[in-house]
Amino acid sequence: MTTREIAGKEIEFDEEGFMTNPEDWDKDVAVALAADINITLSERHWEIIEFSREDYQAQGEAPGLRRITKEAGVPTKDLYKLFPKGPAKKIAYVSGLGKPTGCI
Amino acid sequence: MILSEIELIEPEENRVKIAKDDRYLYYDYLIIATGTHPRPDETPGLSESEWRQSIHDFYTFEGATALAKKLRTWEGGKLVVNIMELPFKCPVAPLEFIFLADWYFHEKQMRDKVELKLVTPLPGAFTKPRAASLLGSTLEDKNINLVTEFYTERVEPEKNLLISYDEEEVEYDLLVTVPVNMGADVIERSGLGDELNHVPVDKHTFQSTDHDNIFALGDAANLPTSKAGSVAHFAVEVFVDNFLRYIEGLPMLEKFDGHANCFIESGFGKGILIDFNYDVEPLPGKYPLPGFGPFSLLQESEMNHWGKVMFRWMYWNILLKGKEMPITAQMTMAGKWS
Ligand SMILES: Cc1cc2nc3c(=O)[nH]c(=O)nc-3n(C[C@H](O)[C@H](O)[C@H](O)COP(=O)(O)OP(=O)(O)OC[C@H]3O[C@@H](n4cnc5c(N)ncnc54)[C@H](O)[C@@H]3O)c2cc1C
Repeated sequence: MTTREIAGKEIEFDEEGFMTNPEDWDKDVAVALAADINITLSERHWEIIEFSREDYQAQGEAPGLRRITKEAGVPTKDLYKLFPKGPAKKIAYVSGLGKPTGCI
Repeated sequence: MILSEIELIEPEENRVKIAKDDRYLYYDYLIIATGTHPRPDETPGLSESEWRQSIHDFYTFEGATALAKKLRTWEGGKLVVNIMELPFKCPVAPLEFIFLADWYFHEKQMRDKVELKLVTPLPGAFTKPRAASLLGSTLEDKNINLVTEFYTERVEPEKNLLISYDEEEVEYDLLVTVPVNMGADVIERSGLGDELNHVPVDKHTFQSTDHDNIFALGDAANLPTSKAGSVAHFAVEVFVDNFLRYIEGLPMLEKFDGHANCFIESGFGKGILIDFNYDVEPLPGKYPLPGFGPFSLLQESEMNHWGKVMFRWMYWNILLKGKEMPITAQMTMAGKWS
């Protein structure tokens, strides 16, 4: 567990670098986390982040790609363009959620 | 017992429509166990012109026999095993296939003519870190390449290419694929499934999150553990007692811990055994008797291979007859070291 200052707040991260308390998240935190991984948030990014936050509230875990594509109606291809190289993890990271499980 | 296709489940009416005589069956409680199934049609290019020619699967009887026939006369080249989507049933099967392929080509004295590659959307050979690292190094020892975080969008059957959503390519001469797995169509038709037609349930009691009198067991449920026969077996043991309490109006007590237990044949007469649950990743140790074994966890051994061979007998003579297995339904930490 590590703590970093993000957008003026003390935020806790797990060993894999994901936020441990999704409640500490706000839009300024999202902008800073996105900047961390070289992403400037556009309206389309926000749509996906908002969907993921809501889905997390309902399901208790960060959504996977197929779920985002089906439920938020964003083609997987676009997810890869908006959050290049590992969109599922990057979306969860910027949305302040834990790592998506990708169950096995 | 009625043998029939189920056409529709109507949870609001508490009834199931079956194909036979167009009948409705009314229920107080419904237990769904319709499994999960390979769906090659979900990936463009996969089950088209080259299906069962240069592209094969082994999750169906037809697929497995066609692949066996193909391998008998195959002259070598790039053999790629790929996983399309998570979750899929029997998550160790692609590893097992590629280990056994390595052995098979050795025996045929043509291993030098075959390049073996495992392509997965996961960040490693397995989801959990310790097992991923052990299985990763086993792959390396056997000279099997591993391509990670490759999420396949489509196959170009004429060019022998797997193409990912971020436009990476993997070339193959022979593709052995684990297609997208999805729950039964009836689950989707009945509005009971998630994005992969698996039924959302409480992971400890299997009760549907939407309907109090519906339960889903085995591969049909969206449990965050392996879709495997061993899991279904352990789950049912916990479920039966719970369910009997539930219909008496008592609270459900026992909680399923996600216990999974898988033998992985690793070739050359050896095997690996893993044992884990929702919270504890596969760890090294001895199983089922702590300190004694005879099986070694997360380690290659000949004894583990014999365990799998013995299990064949146990399957027909103990499991299928409903006799007690000498293994606990809940995972135990005894005999494991971390
Ligand atoms: C090749 C292969 C190897 C495997 N090896 C292992 C292993 O070594 N160890 C292990 O633990 N697991 C293994 N598994 C996984 C294991 O077989 C499954 O996890 C297990 O069978 C799940 O049981 P289930 O009862 O949930 O589903 P299933 O066994 O899939 O049963 C579902 C049933 O529902 C029926 N059904 C579906 N829809 C309808 C409908 N509309 N109407 C009527 N009936 C319907 C189907 O026909 C099927 O009979 C393997 C699987 C395969 C395919």
